[in-house]
Amino acid sequence: MQQSGNILFSGVGGQGILLASELTAHAQLAAGFDVKKSEVHGMAQRGGSVEAHLRYGERVYSPLIEPGTADILVAFETLEAARYLPYLHENSAVVVNTMQIMPPAVATGAMRYPGDVLDELTGRGIRVIAVDAFEIAREVGELRTANVAMVGAMSIFLAVSPGVFLDVIDRKVKERFREVNKRAFEAGRARVQAMQ
Amino acid sequence: MSFDSDNNLWLSGNEAIALGAWEAGVQVASGYPGTPSTEIMGNLARYEGVYAEWAPNEKVGLEVAIGASFAGVRALATMKHVGLNVAADPLFTAAYTGGRGGLVVLTADDPQMHSSQNEQDNRNYAFAAKLPMFEPSDPAEAREMMASAFALSEELDLPVLFRTTTRVAHVKGVVRKGERRQVAAASIEKMPAKFVMLPGNARVRRADLEERMRRARERAETLAENRVEEGSGRRGFITAGTSYNYVKEAFPGAPVLKLGMVWPLPEKMIRAFADSVEELIVVEELDPFLENHIRAMGIDCRGKDLIPGQGELNSYIVRTAIEPESRRELFAPLDLPMRPPNMCAGCPHRGLFYCLSRMKDIFVSGDIGCYTLGFLPPLSAMDSCVCMGASVTVAHGMDKALGREGSGRIVAVLGDSTFMHSGITGLLNAVYNESHATVIILDNRITAMTGHQQNPASGRNIRGEPAHAIDFEQLCHALGVRRVSVVNPHRINETRKVLAEEIGRDETTVIISRAPCVLLPEEVRRKKPLYVTELSNCTGCRACIGLGCPAISWHPLTASEAVARGYREKQKGYAEISAVQCNGCGQCAELCTFEAITRKEAD
Ligand SMILES: Cc1ncc(C[n+]2csc(CCOP(=O)(O)OP(=O)(O)O)c2C)c(N)n1
Repeated sequence: MQQSGNILFSGVGGQGILLASELTAHAQLAAGFDVKKSEVHGMAQRGGSVEAHLRYGERVYSPLIEPGTADILVAFETLEAARYLPYLHENSAVVVNTMQIMPPAVATGAMRYPGDVLDELTGRGIRVIAVDAFEIAREVGELRTANVAMVGAMSIFLAVSPGVFLDVIDRKVKERFREVNKRAFEAGRARVQAMQ
Repeated sequence: MSFDSDNNLWLSGNEAIALGAWEAGVQVASGYPGTPSTEIMGNLARYEGVYAEWAPNEKVGLEVAIGASFAGVRALATMKHVGLNVAADPLFTAAYTGGRGGLVVLTADDPQMHSSQNEQDNRNYAFAAKLPMFEPSDPAEAREMMASAFALSEELDLPVLFRTTTRVAHVKGVVRKGERRQVAAASIEKMPAKFVMLPGNARVRRADLEERMRRARERAETLAENRVEEGSGRRGFITAGTSYNYVKEAFPGAPVLKLGMVWPLPEKMIRAFADSVEELIVVEELDPFLENHIRAMGIDCRGKDLIPGQGELNSYIVRTAIEPESRRELFAPLDLPMRPPNMCAGCPHRGLFYCLSRMKDIFVSGDIGCYTLGFLPPLSAMDSCVCMGASVTVAHGMDKALGREGSGRIVAVLGDSTFMHSGITGLLNAVYNESHATVIILDNRITAMTGHQQNPASGRNIRGEPAHAIDFEQLCHALGVRRVSVVNPHRINETRKVLAEEIGRDETTVIISRAPCVLLPEEVRRKKPLYVTELSNCTGCRACIGLGCPAISWHPLTASEAVARGYREKQKGYAEISAVQCNGCGQCAELCTFEAITRKEAD
């Protein structure tokens, strides 16, 4: 079992990164690790790029991941995967939602959305796992579970068993959304397992 | 270390501070929102046995807390770093009076300016106001230190400052929980020599403050929060706050003097530690605060000659600053379109700023809130922004400097919460001293920017209970403003007419731009119409694109693509509204002159 690790979450304000990183943190706590997580609130929430740093280990001091040391990047949007390249190393795993959200300069036609940004990662030998989290969410019947589908997809890179995650969802998600989120988690996980 | 959910909680620094304050027996708390401090008061309001409130500004909040302390109970004031500038006046004199119940003043600094207009280091206030200051490194410590801060405040008869930074306030970690302490009974006790700061009394308290701070310096030597962590190697580190975490990661095993109280400093402890190591390095974010005071003791150390004095640190920055050879080869960042924050789809501020962006030759004196995003393209309709409330006063100053030249050209723009915070006195001055500027109050019924806190205009208190809502029109009239107009900023054409008329007038005028924030729960729930693009009617004129609405995107076309879609060959593209993102404000439909945007009622 990994003794410590760094998981970086990135995306666009409003995509549900906070819940995704919370579930992951609770799963790591349940697995017996010390965990710290850092987020930025305020201005950053208004549709801008957002990130959450999660670090686990026997004893974690710093809440911030050092550049070049993210073991897993969970990106909720394609461009927001590429933006965090300096945090990655050759053995990082990048789980990326294939969704594209136009940044303002692209939406107004001043710039183009770069077409092949994920090649920039694979070209450097980084393992990229592209997941259409929205499709998974649609299949399980609740669009708002795309974030939990991403957690499911990412979970195969952790030693924590899926049962621990399902348990956490039971404890942390409102009853009304519990079952559908568990299905999203399992579908996300199954999708990546099928790719391996 | 394993997470035992009977005794442990998973909390953010701010949640831990609320818990710590509650356990310490705080009974009255007042604050004004501001990142990264906001969640403390929001959380504290949910505990039993604490009166918590949103004050209209930080000076008010601190004075409320001082009052509660005078009545004998433990009190807390919370604010972001720049809030302490606003509250500095009561702070400096409260150092003289002290209180009866413990008084803790929390300041949350924002190195790196994630959500702030500057990155001042508020440790300097502890020195300047002559007050003790605690600074935790993580949520667990933040909770524990709250108890120490209240205890020390009562022991020394001094307000105690409590400094956090973003990487404590918004970090989550494992926190132990405890019991609430027995609380004191409030009472009236007249102590004029202590509480009435006229010169005669103040001179006595001034001298007494020196004595109280001398005792604080003594206490610093034995305080559990200041500790030496033994280690090996020639280098020793003095550090505090979140920087401590970075030192522990970058140089595990090195000797560390960790200061939990960053003012006053334990001189003997520092001297002994300095003597025990070959090289002393002070690691701190922002100013060389510890470093300067350690040097002033005549102790040689390194610090800002190595460690950056701007922005946040992390363990990589600390390690490579001290050992440049440990630098790693990193992947270089890619050149990608930026994703700055943007006003939400359906935001009422957008309509108002769109109208301002179309006015030639005006200067928009801006302020701080979600609406500051009106500065960004394509609206680009804000020309200055200094601090809360400055929109009105800066506009007045420009008006006076420009004289006739400025007539009809100076506009101040500020939000409802900002107007309550510090806009009212500026408007009073503008009327009294005959400004010709126009003041626009963006009344979206809430303090939106910091995450929807209630304010004196929103009609509810911190617990969501009904409260008096100030009437802006009446207030402005009472201040002496003769012309107060109200517009609905979603009605762009009408708003433009009113703006042109009122800004052109030769007197102080106020325009209230009133429409609720789209993120308010009742707005989210409201059945809203949907606006849809009739793609066949779109001529590619880009009028709607000029709004910068995140729900509208531009799809460029080549000549042959245009023809294939039945457009003119010259049409460069078309605009499309995303049904998922549209919030039904209708601003774009008002701008479209080709019937390419139509309204669909909610079903
Ligand atoms: C002295 C000070 N206190 C607090 C803040 C943090 N802050 C910035 S804007 C703002 C409130 C904005 O509310 P409002 O004026 O109603 O505008 P809105 O965001 O709703 O558009 C706050 C609390 C600050 N920048 N300065």
